Amino acid sequence: MQIKESPEVYDVIIVGSGAGGGMATKQLADAGFNVAVVEAGPFFDPADPKTMTQMKWPYQSPRRGAGTDRVFGEWDMAYGGWQIEGEPYTHEEGTEFNWYRSHMLGGRTNHWGRISLRFGPKDFKGKTRDGLGEDWPIGYEDIKPYYDKVDKLIGVFGTNEGLENDPDGFFLPPPKPRLHELFYIKGAKKSGIPVIPGRLSMLTKRINNDRGVCFYCGQCSRSCSAYADFSSGSCLIFPAQKSGGKVRLYVNCVVREVTTNEEGKATGVSYISKDDRKEYKLKARVVVLAASACSSARILLNSKSKQHPNGLGNSSNVVGKYLHDSTGSSRAGFIPALMNRKTSYNEDGVGGMHVYSPWWGDNSKLDFPRGYHIEVWGGMGMPNYGFGFNANEFNKFFGTKVGGYGDVLREDVKKYYGSVIGFGGRGEGIAREDNYCEIDDTVVDQFGIPVLKFNYKWSDLERRQATHMQDTFEELIHNMGGEVLGDRPGGPDNGLNKPGEIIHEVGTTRMGNDPKTSVTNKFNQLHDVNNVFIVDAGPFVSQADKNCTWTILALSWRASDYIIEQLKAQNI
Amino acid sequence: MILGTGALSLGLHSCVGEGEPALDQQIVESADEYFGRTPEELERIDKLNAEQLFNEHELETIAVLSEVILPPKPEVGGPIEAGVPEFIEFIGKDMPRMQNTLLGGLLWLDNQSLSLFNKEFKSLELAQQQQILDPIAYYDPEVPSNKRPFEIQWFSLMRNLTMTGYYTSELGIKDLGYKGNQPNVWDGVPQDVLDQHGVAYDPEWIAKCIDQSTRGTIATWDDEGNLLT
Repeated sequence: MQIKESPEVYDVIIVGSGAGGGMATKQLADAGFNVAVVEAGPFFDPADPKTMTQMKWPYQSPRRGAGTDRVFGEWDMAYGGWQIEGEPYTHEEGTEFNWYRSHMLGGRTNHWGRISLRFGPKDFKGKTRDGLGEDWPIGYEDIKPYYDKVDKLIGVFGTNEGLENDPDGFFLPPPKPRLHELFYIKGAKKSGIPVIPGRLSMLTKRINNDRGVCFYCGQCSRSCSAYADFSSGSCLIFPAQKSGGKVRLYVNCVVREVTTNEEGKATGVSYISKDDRKEYKLKARVVVLAASACSSARILLNSKSKQHPNGLGNSSNVVGKYLHDSTGSSRAGFIPALMNRKTSYNEDGVGGMHVYSPWWGDNSKLDFPRGYHIEVWGGMGMPNYGFGFNANEFNKFFGTKVGGYGDVLREDVKKYYGSVIGFGGRGEGIAREDNYCEIDDTVVDQFGIPVLKFNYKWSDLERRQATHMQDTFEELIHNMGGEVLGDRPGGPDNGLNKPGEIIHEVGTTRMGNDPKTSVTNKFNQLHDVNNVFIVDAGPFVSQADKNCTWTILALSWRASDYIIEQLKAQNI
Repeated sequence: MILGTGALSLGLHSCVGEGEPALDQQIVESADEYFGRTPEELERIDKLNAEQLFNEHELETIAVLSEVILPPKPEVGGPIEAGVPEFIEFIGKDMPRMQNTLLGGLLWLDNQSLSLFNKEFKSLELAQQQQILDPIAYYDPEVPSNKRPFEIQWFSLMRNLTMTGYYTSELGIKDLGYKGNQPNVWDGVPQDVLDQHGVAYDPEWIAKCIDQSTRGTIATWDDEGNLLT
């Protein structure tokens, strides 16, 4: 069988259409280049009524929103999950990693939490600070102009607080706190924990005439049909097309490898079409990988050739290494002062927290090296599958009977509605060489492509941080006069989520100045092959106690500017 | 007494005239339009709808039991009107791990009813039904749920599914009073609610928040990041 080759040579092929791929598409197409975007999933537009779940009611589905088909509930706008049929991954025995993938135009940006935090100056220099991990080859001053531009292009609400490691930006004004968030502010104050307005990429105010303004349905995880939240399709790819950019979308196309020539330079990609299960080739002057940290590492490792026997860009043997996810640990509490609430008003708000706590601690006085921030949830949300389960379990805190039946259940449901507050700690783990993904050459997916095998373990540094999170959450709940729910999460990892479960996996193709210890240079360009770039979270040297998307966007824009410059100078 | 999914489709059928597209296709198209499923997800829903978990007697028993658990009220109805029996039928097929508990519990229930009153549960007087349910209706929350006696686990499951089925229905949401899932402009917690819970907004904090009268104005900033509009 002959592999079908398209005669057209694109300027740039971009693999993946999430945050990194979308930003590269926008910048490169706006600069006039002919761009092909290759996406493993289907086309998706948040405004398409056929696929839209925003503003649906639970009773419109026979399963009332349960998560059988979509793990975060059936209204969640991600086509994928922890497991995808026909696309497995494996583990080294005794290790764990849960890998969340979403295959659709826009990728995981369609359902993400929109928490949009800049890294601070300290976050780029971890090793200098505490001797652990590695410093980035860039500092905050290198990325700041791009964060500024991302703020203005995409829109993020927040406030300038003058905090050293949680930098100011170009913010839209935040929404006012909800009732449970006022309780949180009060409770945190008692413990000296700072609370500031959330920083999320929803438009509380108009930023242009193409996108709508938030109408406070609280459903950003369903992807906004008014384009009032950030999704890569609606905010980057469609605008690039609309302004006349040459953007050709190849959807349902699964990239197998980056193809190379005799000199070892990239010539394009080969992909398998899901529609006819045949392999095709596309050619380009530059290949930009943005398939997600682990998927891009997989493509590189599968791109073996005479010139690149260890996989593309892998002369250092670092591809796949230093994989790390944010740490996470959660807890919830029942707050009696939030009982018997009036339901006279709509408090959906934006689809996420109106307030949060950036890291406040001094790690030099603690038994773990890096910080975490606290995310807060609660309120009178829309009922979905699971609402009303164990409706009067909190009776146990008043010494009355639990269970029963009859009219009393209606009273119980209303009495306790909106009385729970929950916390998620999201922190920084240390990037380690021995936490990695590699190719499992005994297993292929349904497209015949060798799959990833994960090898990841938490260390005591992360476990001690989780203990601090749990101590803090219990203290906060007690400060609010509440009762902590459930037993303290234990297990071998002190209540840490399994690696991968916070869905902030980064670091598999880390950047650096030394080609022996890093995969890309400080412009996200492979050390080994100068016409291949990686603009997802793979080049992150370290995850901060922040979420990774805003930094993916800023670095992708910065890399795109560099690509434009290099293409114009005919250096690549 | 209970409209199963088959009967529901039949009801729709009467609206379809000669020469119109096949009924199945219409349902798929309208579902596609109205609740955002992928073709694969719709296929799975259709497949589950074509299967039957409970027989007619079991569905009737579920309906009777659900209204003992949550008695109907004027204005906001009850579990049958909210479609709870059909919901439990669907969920039992969607989450097969529940099936033994659901099916076995119904037989346990009739076994008790027959041995105590020589009638099936659905035909008993309310007082007799209560006599059977009272010993299994309450649970000790300190005992993990899977360590509780089977009949208590089963009744808890029936109560949970009845409650969630009702409160995710249009009637249940009305009863609860939830006011969201519609476009609006959030401008903070009403004063009477703040007062009720003994909290107040910090004026300094509020000064930083969006003035909703300016939400439609395009944002511009000075070089320092101060919003100008």
